[in-house]
Order: sequence, then structure tokens, then C-alpha cells
Amino acid sequence: MADNSTTTASRLGLRIVALAYVGMILLLPVGLLFWRTFENGVGEVWDQLTNPAAVHAFRVTLIVAFWAVLGNTVFGLGAALLLVRHRFPGKRVFNALIDLPFAVSPVVVGLALILVYGPNTSTGSWFADRGIDVIFSLPGMVIATIFVSLPLVVREVVPVLEEIGDEQEQAAWTLGASKRQTFLRVTLPAIRWALAYGVVLTLARALGEFGAVAVVSGNVVNKTQTAPLYVRNAYLNFNQQGAYTVAFALAMIAILALVILNLVRPKEHT
Amino acid sequence: MTTGEIQARELHPPIPPRRVQPSRLRVDRGTGIGLGLATMYLSVIVLIPLAAVVFRAFDDGITGFWDTITTPEAWAALKLTILSGLGVAAVNAVFGTLVAWVLVRDRFPGKRLLETFIDLPFALPTIVAGLILLALYGTQSPIGIDLAFKVSGVFMALLFVTLPFVVRTVQPVLLELDQEMEEAAVSLGASRFTTFRRIVFPNLLPAISAGTALAFARAISEFGATVLISGNLPLKTQVAAVYIFGQIESDRPAGAAAVSVVLLLLSLVVIVSLDVLQRWGRRRG
Repeated sequence: MADNSTTTASRLGLRIVALAYVGMILLLPVGLLFWRTFENGVGEVWDQLTNPAAVHAFRVTLIVAFWAVLGNTVFGLGAALLLVRHRFPGKRVFNALIDLPFAVSPVVVGLALILVYGPNTSTGSWFADRGIDVIFSLPGMVIATIFVSLPLVVREVVPVLEEIGDEQEQAAWTLGASKRQTFLRVTLPAIRWALAYGVVLTLARALGEFGAVAVVSGNVVNKTQTAPLYVRNAYLNFNQQGAYTVAFALAMIAILALVILNLVRPKEHT
Repeated sequence: MTTGEIQARELHPPIPPRRVQPSRLRVDRGTGIGLGLATMYLSVIVLIPLAAVVFRAFDDGITGFWDTITTPEAWAALKLTILSGLGVAAVNAVFGTLVAWVLVRDRFPGKRLLETFIDLPFALPTIVAGLILLALYGTQSPIGIDLAFKVSGVFMALLFVTLPFVVRTVQPVLLELDQEMEEAAVSLGASRFTTFRRIVFPNLLPAISAGTALAFARAISEFGATVLISGNLPLKTQVAAVYIFGQIESDRPAGAAAVSVVLLLLSLVVIVSLDVLQRWGRRRG
């Protein structure tokens, strides 16, 4: 039928335009990263990955990400419980403020931290007198990473806590379970997947953060240089193989995170 | 819950979160301590530093702030940021909706894979995004398109990082949309285009607007993806975030803070309008 064939034609047309767009913007660039990384052979890739500065950069990235994930998981759980299970004045404001980090450019995050904790500020010198450098050092990088990934755990846990309600918690409570037991045996199992989802999101964001960390780290090779900063430095220093290799490793971590997220929550994306 | 109920729950799309009122009013000591700690965490990491940026920007009063953001370089950076943000948002509104449409209504081999990969710009470190776009659209472009150090290159990078926003807001709405309405319209003689314009589009509009607003907010604050491909040419390809970075590096925090405040204000406008949009979407049901 004529009508059917025009429908098929327009459907095919839309598909081609959509795929061409995604191809030009997303698939081709990512594909090219694989090609650029391996065009000089696997040996080159291995050499670049095991180069001491790169190894150190990955280690710094992991340390920063570990503390950021730990901080935001504890905060995220606590804040979600407060928002859903408790009443207090100013709740709406508190709720809105948690989302604030999503609206702030990473560079502004870095600037904000320098203005408060930088070496020329009173807070900064207070810490410096006690032998702690915040800016151009690990604590500042951890704070910057916490800032940019702060809402992720809260926003995953809150809807699930709301959905499960508190009947079971109250039942446990009535049957004589302590607060701690109720949390560990009833609440935590019910929200574990949402929590896992939030943690993976936070981890992915923490491992890849560039702008905020670039401002506060000082970007010192073998000291405060993270893997994303290494990519930029390697590229600007004409070490393209090094830049592509570390970028490839970071991309693989990102893809792994996506796969895990799809497994943890298979229902939502189908 | 019976097995039937569990299956029914699993078959249905996730229920939109509903506010469950706690049945007991608990403002005990535990709440107080928890709230205190959470507020302290938020203040030390987010609120006090952001307040410092605002104070710094207005160190020399409103005129000082105005003079700082109207220096030719800052002004050009802000103009480029806002204009490219609007442009990127517009492209996303059209192509994001199109991609969502194809993902929901079309069937083709590799669709599931594409479905997963659409989120990649969210997961990929921004500097990696910047590097790979420069690899494809830079001076060594294998397809002969050199956008390095051009506004179009910046635009490409922003399209990359904002790709999932509209797709992911429109997709769930499109999935839940009742196709019988469209079939009814077609059987009554409406053309495909009329059906889309009169039936589908009005239903999608809140989701498209929300996704577009998010894409705009992301585009104006982006740094990592644009820093390499822009080449950081003041007055030409320098976006606001890159300008701020340059000001910090050359130890001019006042200039950095003033432009930051403009970005913060723009994001705030987006957040507030998103809130309004969400209420509008809920009202339309």
C-alpha cells in the first residue's frame, strides 16, 4: 500500500538521521579513541600505562575517589534518611541546597574552594599552621571531588526510601529491634540497589573529574596529578600516545560503570 | 505481597516518587545531631565556598562587578557561552527528541547497544571527551574536518556532553504515551505530521523543555570538553569557564569571581524555571 510504504520510508529516514547524528557526535569520536590508542601496537600502550607518572596519576585518582565516595555515601545515606523519615524546619531549603552542586561549573567549584581554603586566606593559613595544606594538595582535591558528586547518592536513595514507606521499620521497632538493628536489617537491605547505583555514579564522576581538580590541585607531576589531568598534560606536551592511552583507560572505566549501572537497574532503561 | 503483585510491580514502569508522610513526628535528639552534621558537611564543602565567590565578586561594589564583567575579554566569553549554550540547547531539543523517538518507536539491530551508549557522555570524563573530539575534528582529523580553535569546535564538544539530556527526559514520556490516540487520529484522516504536531508533540513538550533546560545549564558550565578544542583564544573561542580558569591561573580572582557569579545566576534561573516546568508537566498529567 502506498500509505504503508511512505510510513516505512519516513521511519527509515528518521532512523538514518538519528543514527547519523549520534554517529558523528558520539560513536565516531569514541571509536577513533580506540584506533588512536592501538595504532602503534599493544606494546606502546603497555609502555604508556606503566610509565611511572601515569601509574602515580592513577594512584592519586583512586585515593581521591575513595575518600570522595566514602564521604558522599555516608552523607547521602544520612541526608536521605533525614529528608524522608524525619521532620524538621527548613526541610525544603535543605532539599534544594543538596542539588546546588549540579548547577555549578567545575571551574567555579575550584575557585570557590581556593577563595576559602587557599594559602592566602585565614582558613588556609590556620590549616597551614597545623601542617595541613588544603589547596594544591590532596585534601583540596578530595573536597572538590566531593562537591561535584555530592547529590548523586542522595538523589538515588530518596525515591526508594519514599516508595518503601516505613511500615516495616515500624514493625521491627515495635517488635523490639534497636534503631541500629532496624537500619541494618530492614532499611539497608531495602535500599541496597539504589545505594549501589548512587555509589557507582559517584565513583564514575569522582574518577573522571577534571575542571574542579585542575584548579585546586596545582597539577604537580608525581604529586597531585590525577589521571584526567595527566591526559591534558600529555596532550599539551605532544605525548599523544600517552594522552590517548590514559584516556582509553578512563573510557573503559566509564563504559564498565555504564554496564554495571544497567545491570543494577535493568528495568528502568528498557 | 503475592507473586502476581510482585510481577505486576516489575512489569510496570517505576512509579513516580510520591511523598510519604512519616506517620510519627520525630524531632528527637538523633534528628538534631544528624541534621547538624549534614548541614555542617554541606556548609564547609558547598555553601561557604560559594558565598565566598559572591562576596569576592562584589568586593568593589556593583560598579566594580559590572566593570569586571564588561571588560572586552570577559564580555566576549560570556556572550559566546550564552549564545553557544542556546544554540546547543536548540539542536538538542530537535535531535534529542528525534533520537528518543527512534529508540522508542523503531526497531533495528544494535538498538540495545545504542541505548546503553547514549549515556556515555555522562560517564566519560570530560577531558576524554575533549581529547576524542579533537582527535576527530582537530588538525589531524581523519575525515578532513578541522574545527580546532574554532567556535564550531566548541559547539561540537558541547553537543557531545549534552547529548543524553533531552533523549533521557523524552524517552520515558514517549514510552508511556498511549499509541491509541495516534491511531485514532490517523484513522480519522490526520496525516502523520499532523498527528505528531497535534497529539504527540504537546504531550512531549514539558519533557523536551526540561531536557533542553538541563542541556543549556550543562553547556554554559562546561570546561573539560572545551578546553582543548577551543585553543583558548580570548575574544574568539574562549568560553566563560575557560576564561575563569585563565583568570585563576594568572592570579586574578576578582575577574574569575565576577564571571562565576554570572554563570551561577544563569544556572539559578534554569533551576527555577525547571521547577516551574515540572509543576506544569505534572498538571498536564
